[in-house]
Amino acid sequence: MSKNTEFVKFDKVDKSYDGKVLVVKDLNLNISEGEFITMLGPSGSGKTTCLMMLAGFETPTNGEIYLDSNPISNIPPHKRGIGMVFQNYALFPHMTVYENLAFPLRVRKVQKDEIDKKVDKALSMVSLSGFESRMPAQLSGGQQQRVAVARALVFDPAVVLMDEPLGALDKNLRESMQYEIKHIHENIGVTVVYVTHDQGEALTMSNRIAVFNDGKVQQLSSPDKLYEEPVNSFVAEFIGENNTFGGEVTDISKNVCKVKLQNGEILANPISVNSKGDKTTVSIRPERALINPKDKMDNNQTGKIEEVIYHGDHTRVRLDLLGNKEFILKVPNSSNELDLKLGNEIKVGWNSQDARALDPK
Amino acid sequence: MSSETKQILTTDGIPLEISLKKAERKNKIKAFLLVAPLLLFLIITYIFPIGEMFTRSIDDKMITNMLPKTFKSMETWDGKELPSEEVFSSFLSDFKILVEKKEHGKLAQRLNKEKNGFNTITKKLFRQVKRNKIDETQSIKEQIMKVHKRWRNVEYWQAIKRTAPPYTSAKYLKAMDMYLNEDNKITQVSEDRRIHRILWLRTVEVAFFVTVFCFLMGYPIAHLLATLPMKYSNLLMICVLLPFWTSLLVRTASWMILLQQQGVVNDFFVMIGLVADDNRPEMMYNKVGTYVAMTQILLPFMVLPLYSVMKTISPSLMRAGKSLGGTPFVAFWKVYFPLTIPGIGAGCLLVFILAIGYYITPALVGGASGTLISNQIAYHMKTTLDWSFASAMGLMLLGGVLVIYWLYNKLVGVDNIKLG
Repeated sequence: MSKNTEFVKFDKVDKSYDGKVLVVKDLNLNISEGEFITMLGPSGSGKTTCLMMLAGFETPTNGEIYLDSNPISNIPPHKRGIGMVFQNYALFPHMTVYENLAFPLRVRKVQKDEIDKKVDKALSMVSLSGFESRMPAQLSGGQQQRVAVARALVFDPAVVLMDEPLGALDKNLRESMQYEIKHIHENIGVTVVYVTHDQGEALTMSNRIAVFNDGKVQQLSSPDKLYEEPVNSFVAEFIGENNTFGGEVTDISKNVCKVKLQNGEILANPISVNSKGDKTTVSIRPERALINPKDKMDNNQTGKIEEVIYHGDHTRVRLDLLGNKEFILKVPNSSNELDLKLGNEIKVGWNSQDARALDPK
Repeated sequence: MSSETKQILTTDGIPLEISLKKAERKNKIKAFLLVAPLLLFLIITYIFPIGEMFTRSIDDKMITNMLPKTFKSMETWDGKELPSEEVFSSFLSDFKILVEKKEHGKLAQRLNKEKNGFNTITKKLFRQVKRNKIDETQSIKEQIMKVHKRWRNVEYWQAIKRTAPPYTSAKYLKAMDMYLNEDNKITQVSEDRRIHRILWLRTVEVAFFVTVFCFLMGYPIAHLLATLPMKYSNLLMICVLLPFWTSLLVRTASWMILLQQQGVVNDFFVMIGLVADDNRPEMMYNKVGTYVAMTQILLPFMVLPLYSVMKTISPSLMRAGKSLGGTPFVAFWKVYFPLTIPGIGAGCLLVFILAIGYYITPALVGGASGTLISNQIAYHMKTTLDWSFASAMGLMLLGGVLVIYWLYNKLVGVDNIKLG
């Protein structure tokens, strides 16, 4: 049986709170069954609004949302059967862990022994067996988070929504929870819609990522594609680190274009430029630009070292290159034969394929 | 090396503990001086008056001081038959002193309270003493018994003996419509004279229903306050607090204007045809008036604790309840409501305690069927001047409040209270 690729479908959804500004504009998004999709974007980009519309706490101003081909705009939240993990966990503070997990089952009138079984299973899934009688306040942040995940999954919902669930955790815990949630998703195959503004989180966990900005999906693709092949300068800027040059196309062929900068000229990969004279922003990932390249590269420039920051596993070098004083290089820790001193001039090269000429900023 | 734990010394060789105390002493004195005025104020205005009230309510020393010798000689009397010659003669010598001080009237009054009939026979005895008719060389017992036949009745001597202890519980029994009879047994007064018990019950009833009304009206308001955007909630908060800024008397008076038979509310009812013009309902000088006015006046005390608790409840909890499959009612009842219980407890306790001792409003709009025990206390303070009775009732009210507090602590737990 093939999986339903339109399990959740946003169909031309608009949302406005005040009748003046659209916070979500003409959103079309298909989520297939069993997928882990992340809505990523800066705050105010409309991603949480989308999640709330899917959960039923907000109604679309225009358009329709379908769940398994049924329109759900007129179904109240409690009848949608969608599990949700909230930003601050929203565990019921007056109930024990067991009662919290049993809540969705009790309101569904599940038999007592069935509840016990399911709660047991859900708790062991998040490795919290034996915590049934604790109150939420007696748990650490990470444990509360896991209870919240278990509670959203315990009634076997078709879709689970997670609204920045790891925002309140410290860095190490956040990373281990990312893997844990990913593994739970892989094991039970539930459809997950995950909202975050942390790109690292999005890249490690998702099957696909929808990058939101200004109420629109800027790009919807797999994490690697998103990172390697951003379709516009916002995505390039938002995901990972990025060196940019603003300029004008002076020559264009199928695979390569010439871009004239303020003081220099580089070759780039034409992505969203079509003709001579187009303004463009060229984006190059720091790790794609190499110092003293051994292989032949079609862009070779010389820059002056402005700053060297030691990061343990790599060293960040800031260069003044072609008038861009913020040009970043990442030098792996192994290549320590290089002479990285302030003020030194070094040679830097990159392939035109990795320099993506995108829309102007 | 000794096995004892070594005392830790500071670098100057002073034991650490002593040094610490010394260093802290100054701060402790400062802190105490800072709270001293308030402490003094509390003692003077609160603890001392309550103590004074208590002693006054049980005080019966006056007669003890009037008849010292009598009571002394009565100690050996078994109280079954007429007392001995010695009791009679000490009574006479006590009585003579009182006559000299012209205090025999007070004695008659006090004894008459204990048993009817003392007034007459004391006056008769007074006349005999005044005319020096009693010969101290002969049996005083015989002569006093001749003054009036009641002096021959053992019940009157028993009544005197009952007044001997310097303390009495009579005022408390009176507040419960009871008294100690001749056999020292607690008896109820005759049915047509039982007024206090009705007042107590009515006070509790009014306080209870005012609390219920305040809760029913205050809960939605508090919820609205806690969930509305700041812009509107501030305005609403001012509306809730407005009664606080108006004098209690003004508010009560305006209720009188609204509720009287020719008042605004009645006019409105007639206008919309709810009642006939010649059949306007009485809404004042009865319980209705008391309920309406007190509920309005005490409402802020319910709203504010509820609001402060609701403000802390994250709206995502209700959402979580709904997203997990609870209907809006289930989400409210199982999630939101239990979390507001500390506020409900605080609000109800506050309103109930305030309502149980409320005075001005019931006095003005209550009428005969709407007056409460506090009005009775005021009546005895101001009109009958029976301060010890008023004190007794006041203390009973205080005791009642403490009992409610204790009950609340047992049922809900005082730690759960949240006032702000």
